[in-house]
Amino acid sequence: MSEAAPNPEAAAWRRRALLLAPLAVAGLGGAGFYAMLRGLGTGNYDPRGVPSALIGKAPPDFSLPPLEGTGLPGLSAADLKTGKPLLVNFFASWCVPCVIEHPQLMRLARDGVAIMGIAYKDKPADSLGFLKQRGTPYARLGVDQPGRVAIDWGLYGVPETYLLDKSGIIRWRMAGPITEEILAQQVTPLLRRTA
Amino acid sequence: MIRWLLLLMLAAGPALAVGDPADQLPDPAQEERARVIGRELRCMVCQNQSIEDSDADLARDLRRIVREQVAQGKPDDAVFRFVHERYGDFVLLKPPFKPETALLWGMPAIALLGGALLIRGMRRRQRVAPGPQELTQAERDRLAQLSGRPRE
Amino acid sequence: MIPEIGHFALALALALSLAQALVGLAGAQRADARLMGAAGPIAAGVLVTVAAAFACLVWAYVANDTTVLNVVQNSHSLKPTLYKISGAWGNHEGSMLLWVLILALCGGAVAAFGGNLPSALQARVLGVLALVALGFLGFILATSNPFERIWPPPMDGQGLNPILQDPGLAFHPPLLYLGYVGFAVTYAFAVAALIEGRVDAAWGRWVRPWALAAWSFLTLGIALGSWWAYYELGWGGYWFWDPVENASLLPWLAGCALLHSAIVVEKREALKTWTVFLALLAFGMSLLGTFLVRSGVLNSVHAFANDPARGTVILILLAVYIGGGFLLFAWRAQAMLPTGVFTPVSREGALVLNNLLLCSIAAVVLAGTLYPMFADLVLGEKFSVGPPFFNTAIFPLAVPLIGAMTLGPLMPWKRARLFPALQRLWWAALAGLVALVLCFAIEGYRVGPALGFGAAVWVILAAVADIADRIALFSRPRAAWARAKGLPRAAWGGALAHAGMGVMILGLAGMGLATDTLRLVKPGESVALAGYDYRLVGVADAPGPNFSARRATVEVRDGGRLVTVLTPERRSFPVARMTTTEAAIHTNWLADLYVVLGEEREGGAVLRIHHNPLAPWIWLGAAIMALGGGISLSDRRVRVSAPAPKAVKAGARA
Repeated sequence: MSEAAPNPEAAAWRRRALLLAPLAVAGLGGAGFYAMLRGLGTGNYDPRGVPSALIGKAPPDFSLPPLEGTGLPGLSAADLKTGKPLLVNFFASWCVPCVIEHPQLMRLARDGVAIMGIAYKDKPADSLGFLKQRGTPYARLGVDQPGRVAIDWGLYGVPETYLLDKSGIIRWRMAGPITEEILAQQVTPLLRRTA
Repeated sequence: MIRWLLLLMLAAGPALAVGDPADQLPDPAQEERARVIGRELRCMVCQNQSIEDSDADLARDLRRIVREQVAQGKPDDAVFRFVHERYGDFVLLKPPFKPETALLWGMPAIALLGGALLIRGMRRRQRVAPGPQELTQAERDRLAQLSGRPRE
Repeated sequence: MIPEIGHFALALALALSLAQALVGLAGAQRADARLMGAAGPIAAGVLVTVAAAFACLVWAYVANDTTVLNVVQNSHSLKPTLYKISGAWGNHEGSMLLWVLILALCGGAVAAFGGNLPSALQARVLGVLALVALGFLGFILATSNPFERIWPPPMDGQGLNPILQDPGLAFHPPLLYLGYVGFAVTYAFAVAALIEGRVDAAWGRWVRPWALAAWSFLTLGIALGSWWAYYELGWGGYWFWDPVENASLLPWLAGCALLHSAIVVEKREALKTWTVFLALLAFGMSLLGTFLVRSGVLNSVHAFANDPARGTVILILLAVYIGGGFLLFAWRAQAMLPTGVFTPVSREGALVLNNLLLCSIAAVVLAGTLYPMFADLVLGEKFSVGPPFFNTAIFPLAVPLIGAMTLGPLMPWKRARLFPALQRLWWAALAGLVALVLCFAIEGYRVGPALGFGAAVWVILAAVADIADRIALFSRPRAAWARAKGLPRAAWGGALAHAGMGVMILGLAGMGLATDTLRLVKPGESVALAGYDYRLVGVADAPGPNFSARRATVEVRDGGRLVTVLTPERRSFPVARMTTTEAAIHTNWLADLYVVLGEEREGGAVLRIHHNPLAPWIWLGAAIMALGGGISLSDRRVRVSAPAPKAVKAGARA
């Protein structure tokens, strides 16, 4: 027994701590799972939602042609520096949730918020019909038929809406429709804060 | 168990990927390289598939972009950087090594090292617990007697 | 009426389980023979009532009773009878009932075949099993009642997911559950041992058959699921490292470690605390899988059971069983003093290394599965952990594991030397090296497959060397046959299971060389892949019982000789509004010829053709592994626990 015989007291404590380790790890895991389940209920934990990689960055460089027949100008990166906060909204006529969020966009436009539209993978005639029927909330409108600009923005579905602050930096992204709740709880306060 | 996964895939895309021959690169070596890259990129819409395995529209667009860049001769890490800049860490099926993922990437070493320490401790305890006891003075005397050597 | 009987039977089973738990645990505590004796018959009663409830549910499915909500949601009158029956467990409520049925079966088996157990141990095991059943029966009755009625009844059911209408998948859940629930028995043994405060060789001997049986079923269940994914999903993949797959792999890894460490307990009375821990862990991992799959915390199951309330109940059950088990472990394991000593280079040393590596792999799989969820929760960051991570992180752990599994069986207990063991394996090593070099020579610079072939040959031949060594095939060939007959079945089973692993590695390595091609083909045109010609004859309509399909006819020729005619399909299911692809596969055991039909356009059809070398060997290997487990299980020494009660008592205080 050349190795120094360990202090039996300390060894016993070590062993006790070791035997407690599985319980401690399981307890921590359980607490985490409990927090996740609670978060699922309150919306704080969402296994599906993915944040944008562009938050805190300037938007990508792009230039999109206008939608013929609307009379609105096209959209390019330079148009996003207006000195005021604004929204960039990707939509398509074939997208059902876009119909749900449209009234909220119209209301924002009436309140004087600048919304830049991008029609994603949509036939121009269909986009035009969609806007003719429901109204045009957009200050400018670009057509992204191949969907390449959308990928530069990190878009993974429509509708998606980005909020840019007054210096043109992306501050917030919503994947999915802007409902009345989201409008009241997130968009309006953010617009005020970034102004 | 895999069926739960399937339900999700079906919910996400109308059909499982069969693919479109028109998207492939003519050069088989380049196509193979594009595929290897694509298998490490997650399809954002379907959540549990790589873009190579998914028929979702976005996955198809990304497959095309990867192939374009490979055809342009961009190195692998440039292609990954392109996608990562746009979609963040979530798109990489192999998480990048950074402080937030240190525990994950360190897990093989942590588990091995922890286990090795545990085994060492176990062996030491065994040596302590039932190990040979010191001889008593009486036993030592007796031993000395038997071996015929004088007492110390 | 019948659904009410089922519901009532479940309630009765709940009451009986409560009685069984009380009688078993209290009886053992008071050493009351009458109480302990009652646990067995009550367990039989639980089995009968749960079986009756299950039969009622199956009846509701077969009769397509549309007043039962569960049937409406998951079945349809047009479905073939087999899938009506399997539909009974193809959903959350029914699968929980199947889970409890298998648990009741295990309880019945412990009661019926556990006669040679000390009566206190048997009573405690039955008591703990009843506690587990109690929780899950309560869960079913409170949140997931499969017999809930719906009124007025709809005209017909909403149909089962078409992709689940498959024989492979019909039997996948029962096999998996046999595995998961089998670990409930080893868990019960561990808890009973902790209550008694003693673990001895006899305990190891009783735990091992249960661990073996559970592990073998789990092996089959996982393999069946993987095979199904391979032929049904239609892109030739067989393992995706999806969280739900990992949830079944974790108990498998823990169980594999358990059945190896139980050998050490049985033979050397060492690793007792560790083995008890593994028994708790294996069941804990089974329960964790249940939680992950059914609670909605994983995004993988989002579409299925996103029910936080249900998840909370499962989490409480987890806290009771896993937390309770580990609490007991922290409190009572102190009392179990280690007795056996081991040296690093010995059979037990190799088994310890095996445990270390298996558990490290399990830790990596667990970390990879849970990391995205916890990173999201704690750091607020979204990560993906996919196949590239698992392949990279597990490879360095799998390599030494293969080394340990070949060398270990050749080493004697207590004290061995490495060199003689290596000496007996030199020809296996040489053959492995030849396989590796051959792969490089034929297939070019493909490191992964070459290493795989080398390892596979080495593992298979090491298993052969093990048997050859035991029957002294080379040193005394004349007596070999007699010795082979006398060799315990556990030895044959172990070697076979190890060889099965080798066969599986062979399949994996072969799949590393898989090739495929994607083409738009017009009728009459052909595509060449890996020496075969695939000619599209045509595409036609092919109606099915509850779907319509387009079926392609593809002739496969090998240098002019017709090998086979493959008919891949695209099916559309009007009730479920879903389209599936049915791959057509022809296997000649050296490779799978695998054709998938894509969209039709420009007068032709898109065909994806895969050439998958040695693919079937993956599942064949798994089947051999499970068979090895079964043969081990049939060993007389396992069935009839050899130590007489007296010997048990003598060794008990150790």
